[in-house]
Amino acid sequence: MMGYILALTAMRDGKNVTYLPSYGAEVRGGTANCTVCVSDEEIASPVASSPDFAVVLNQPSMIKYQGLIKSGGLMIINSSLVEGDPERDDIEIIKIPANDMALDLGNEKTINMIMLGAFVAKTGITTPESLMNGLKEVLKVKKAGILELNRKGMEKGAEYAGRF
Amino acid sequence: MSGNHVIGEAAIRAGCRFYAGYPITPQNELTEYMAGAMAKLKDGTFIQAESELAAINMVLGASAAGCRAMTSSSSPGISLKQEGISFLSAMDLPAVIVNCMRGGPGLGNISPSQGDYFQATRGGGHGDYRNIVLGPATAQELADLTMLAFDYADKYRTPVMILQDGMMGQMMEPAVMPDPVDPKRLPPKPWKLDGADGRPSRIIKSLYLDPAEEEQINWNLAHKYEKITDEIQRAETYRTDDAQIIIVAYGTAARIAKGAVNRVREKGVKAGLFRPISLWPFPTRILKEVNKKVKDFLVFEMSTGQMVEDVRLSLEGKGNVRFYGRPGGVVSTPIEIAEVIEGKFGRV
Repeated sequence: MMGYILALTAMRDGKNVTYLPSYGAEVRGGTANCTVCVSDEEIASPVASSPDFAVVLNQPSMIKYQGLIKSGGLMIINSSLVEGDPERDDIEIIKIPANDMALDLGNEKTINMIMLGAFVAKTGITTPESLMNGLKEVLKVKKAGILELNRKGMEKGAEYAGRF
Repeated sequence: MSGNHVIGEAAIRAGCRFYAGYPITPQNELTEYMAGAMAKLKDGTFIQAESELAAINMVLGASAAGCRAMTSSSSPGISLKQEGISFLSAMDLPAVIVNCMRGGPGLGNISPSQGDYFQATRGGGHGDYRNIVLGPATAQELADLTMLAFDYADKYRTPVMILQDGMMGQMMEPAVMPDPVDPKRLPPKPWKLDGADGRPSRIIKSLYLDPAEEEQINWNLAHKYEKITDEIQRAETYRTDDAQIIIVAYGTAARIAKGAVNRVREKGVKAGLFRPISLWPFPTRILKEVNKKVKDFLVFEMSTGQMVEDVRLSLEGKGNVRFYGRPGGVVSTPIEIAEVIEGKFGRV
């Protein structure tokens, strides 16, 4: 959902995008992932050899994907579920206690929006306003409460990322 | 929209009003889309069949009645449909069949693969026939080639296969949808079975016990395939003008290869991409044109080497052909293919 909202938002911003989900058999707490490419130019391969950025939500994913990130790239880690540091000294690392923050907001499901807010604030790939529009388009919900909760999640994530 | 949804929407816009399918990953989104889309149409029919065999034969029936009809599956399911595809060909009936390829042989796995190239381009079922086979590589092409597939199927009265794979089917990418076609305004089908009231009866069949008669049927098909080979040659050439080495790849593999070409170009390696879009007929004429300037070719497939045979046949010994393959559902990265281009892997 995080990747899908980002891809849709970037598309509405006028960028070229691809969104490639993993659709295999994945267990809860496993390494389900998606790859989003955003570019001003035509995207040749939707498969990323070495992504600029990675958002890592749990320990197995950190272990599995830490080696892929481009040197000088950025890894945003959900420090509520990930212990320790990736074995990389050539990338920027940001730790966000997303589960704890989501519980503070009253709904654990906002973890992904917290991470997405942090990601967009840190990378500037799109604007918070565009992201909010993207969220509205994807969720298609009429209930203002749900949108507001997700908006708050994004805002908290962005705020936290601002500390780094 | 995922690639599978794009095909579904394009099929509806092409005037497809009959779809029958049976579930299999990674093409289920297409069946799902058709279930919803057909239900919204007054003249649309969606059937989740009891088997792949039933689905393809329902398509045969709908096609004989003059309806634009489609079925879809993934590798093992496509094997089951081959009998019906052979019958469609024998009866000169149009149909669109989507194969969202996965790892094989056998049940294999659900990852993207290109192991069904031979099956698709050599007919697949029994008898002396071919299918038109189109290999899309972008969401836009999934839409455009689906529209085109229905036109080709009707024009040549033959099954057309869209050969995509798990990655194309699952990936989301922007696409502009073509304008819808009104099925009632399509060219008439003077051969269709719609009741012989007031006219001589028509017969669509595939049983010809007299060998001489069956021979003529085979030659009729052969002449049709010659015409198709002459008229359909589609390929994309990318950065080939000054290239010293050409990567030949289709579908998903071509996307990865394109990324690799861009990578090695940054290092000064003059690589280009030749991407067949019509897989049968293979775009021999266009490849020969490229071969006038370039001698070195690297064929990359997500198989142990199938299309490479068509490349060799097309070049007629006038090029050096190297092959690199990753079968079984493994998806390479552009870095890996860039290293292959630079000569680190691959066999001659």
